[in-house]
Amino acid sequence: MTKYRFKDRITPSAGAVAIFSLAALSWSQNALGAESVTAVSWGGSYARACTKAIHEPFTAETGIEVRMEDYNGGLAQIRAQVETGNVHWDVVDLEMADAVLGCDEGLLEPIDAAHLPPGPDGTPAEEDFFPETLTECGIGVVYYSTIYAYNEEKFSGSKPATIGDFFDLEKFPGRRGMRRTPVVNLEFALMADGVPMKQVYATLDTPEGVDRAFRKLDTIKEQIIWWEAGAQPPQMLADGEVVMSTAYNGRIFNAQILEKQPFVVVWDGQVLDWGQTGIVAGTRNLEAARKFVAFGARTESMAAIGRYISYSPVRRSGTALISTHLETGVDMKPHMPTTPANVARALHSDWEWWSDHSDEMNERFSAWLAR
Amino acid sequence: MAGALRKPQLRAAALVLPLSAFILATFVAPLVTMLTRSVYDPMVADTLPETLALLHDWDGQSTPSEAVFETASREMVRAREDRSLGRVATRVNRVESGLRSVIMKSARRLHRVKEVDSWREAMISIEPEWGEAKTWRAIQRAGERITTRHYLHALDLQRDADGSIVLQPPQRRVYLPLLKRTLAVSLGITVLCLLLGYPLAYLIAHAPPRRANLLLLLVLVPFWTSLLVRTTSWIVLLQTEGVVNDTLVALGLIADENRISMIYNMTGTVVAMTHVLLPFMVLPVYSVMRTIPPLYMSAAASLGASFPQAFRRVYWPQTLPGVGAGSLLVFILSIGYYITPALVGGQSGQLISNMIAYHMQQSLNWGLAAALGSILLGCVVALYLLYDRVVGIDRMRLG
Repeated sequence: MTKYRFKDRITPSAGAVAIFSLAALSWSQNALGAESVTAVSWGGSYARACTKAIHEPFTAETGIEVRMEDYNGGLAQIRAQVETGNVHWDVVDLEMADAVLGCDEGLLEPIDAAHLPPGPDGTPAEEDFFPETLTECGIGVVYYSTIYAYNEEKFSGSKPATIGDFFDLEKFPGRRGMRRTPVVNLEFALMADGVPMKQVYATLDTPEGVDRAFRKLDTIKEQIIWWEAGAQPPQMLADGEVVMSTAYNGRIFNAQILEKQPFVVVWDGQVLDWGQTGIVAGTRNLEAARKFVAFGARTESMAAIGRYISYSPVRRSGTALISTHLETGVDMKPHMPTTPANVARALHSDWEWWSDHSDEMNERFSAWLAR
Repeated sequence: MAGALRKPQLRAAALVLPLSAFILATFVAPLVTMLTRSVYDPMVADTLPETLALLHDWDGQSTPSEAVFETASREMVRAREDRSLGRVATRVNRVESGLRSVIMKSARRLHRVKEVDSWREAMISIEPEWGEAKTWRAIQRAGERITTRHYLHALDLQRDADGSIVLQPPQRRVYLPLLKRTLAVSLGITVLCLLLGYPLAYLIAHAPPRRANLLLLLVLVPFWTSLLVRTTSWIVLLQTEGVVNDTLVALGLIADENRISMIYNMTGTVVAMTHVLLPFMVLPVYSVMRTIPPLYMSAAASLGASFPQAFRRVYWPQTLPGVGAGSLLVFILSIGYYITPALVGGQSGQLISNMIAYHMQQSLNWGLAAALGSILLGCVVALYLLYDRVVGIDRMRLG
């Protein structure tokens, strides 16, 4: 049901290439003694921020090389690797619900939080991390949020300001981009339909609530262009393919600041979430992967990401370290999802609800899309 | 005499042995495994055996006894330790959404509980769902070793509270509409292939040999070309900024902002699949047509039949075995078609095979994927039997 991707079709040959290169790799590792970890993340400007803020300093400090791969989320690839015993990913950036599911099913290595680096003032990691950002197999990385942004040039009169405006085709006509998944979209739909933030998940817990969310999505379905990779929305907005799109806030920030795009972020109804780093069970580079995760869990590492992209640290000690954008000097605070003015209008994503209902909702969403 | 015959027979058997082994290993064995998966799932039954044994005597309506709670909590904590509980929770959650977190959270908490007066109260205080009969019914159902639940799911059926089988409410039906659509699209493609392929086959069969060879080559070259290349060529042709739309705009037939969307929807699926499957119609029809002696048509003409009359009463009936073979081939191939709809079908052009792929690759609900696959297989077998009954399979000619 998923959109066909070329990547999927060439899997057998890609698999063969991977096996050969792995064989070559392990041989060269033995021969040269160089360690490496394969880190899998979300690509685009986020991956770039991670490379600059974590991978490069990590390699400089430990001598362990970091190889990057991109993916679009989900556990399918990890599950395939673990179940076939051919694990070539070591560390993966995961969505919260996937980190928990993957842990429960034994796809991820448990990580002992006691071994994580303490805060700069010596506060143990377990106390320094914000609640829920440490799980059995997952270490929180940064807070990010799904917002919607619009292209300012497309609206001459009044501008969209609320989540309701995203669903208002009369006031703001034009195509909209949305991620091809029920996650976040159902929440947006309910909030736009007037459900108070505090009752969004309680409403989704009832069959009528889910119907209501889909009915609301129905009202704009004809105008939606679906995206899958986080790098797509800024591109679609820039090309004029859509007039507004849901997006990860950091991607829009990068387009605004680095590419000077006339995009405006609407914080109303933002769905706040945090990324998790997990280690794939059965990795051959377990020790290097542990070192890598511990390095990324340092307050300074998280804060360093926040100097490239507008995602904020999940450690209390990190909040004070939010400063300016390294390349342009722009103050990061107004762009962070956790800044008080922005977070006041945020819905906190309920990963537990999604870990319970993602199967059911994905199925329903596919059926709805195909209708 | 018997001994003299046996030797060549044995030699013949030995010659096909590699093929038999190959078919057994790469076709029969995976097929049987998949069919088994659609009805057999021992995961939950193996992990919570005692709980399920105790639930066997439960009336299905009241809150189960203290012994059930005590056993369930013990088995859940143990399963959590060996990391099998996650997979159990996933399966129970597929029966009743929402129970995954109930099971995982309870096991996490119960892990720390050593002594209690009542396990029933302990579990209900952790998650009130444990007090509800439907939670235990879901565990019971997920614990069926031999189960029909994947088939029920694949046919949009569910069991209600008292266990009778009912259809899902309309907005929650996923597979039946998709199955209907798949059958309708396959039928449409078969008819299109016949309409396009029959005249072509006629042309080739009745052309002088050199031109016939050229025409046949033109049918075969696309047939030999990679499926991916052909499908992606359609993308080049039909997309919004594609050749067809560009031409129409250049000719002034449509405005630049009103480009027609011909791909990433049902139109794309039908067009590309008809093209891909056309040779499967043309070749059997052509090979049957070639065996029809031209004398028959001349004879009909000499007896005073006009061409349409002669065609209808003499020619067409003789091509039926080829038409039947081609149609059956095209229909069966299109029912299970996957790559083309996935590439050019967009949202609305998806068929049931794409849903099977989704469950194989993304949701990893292999039981459901197997059930959907078996239903498709059933459709094909039913069609074959119907064909045999109506036309007679011995009349089918592939060439």
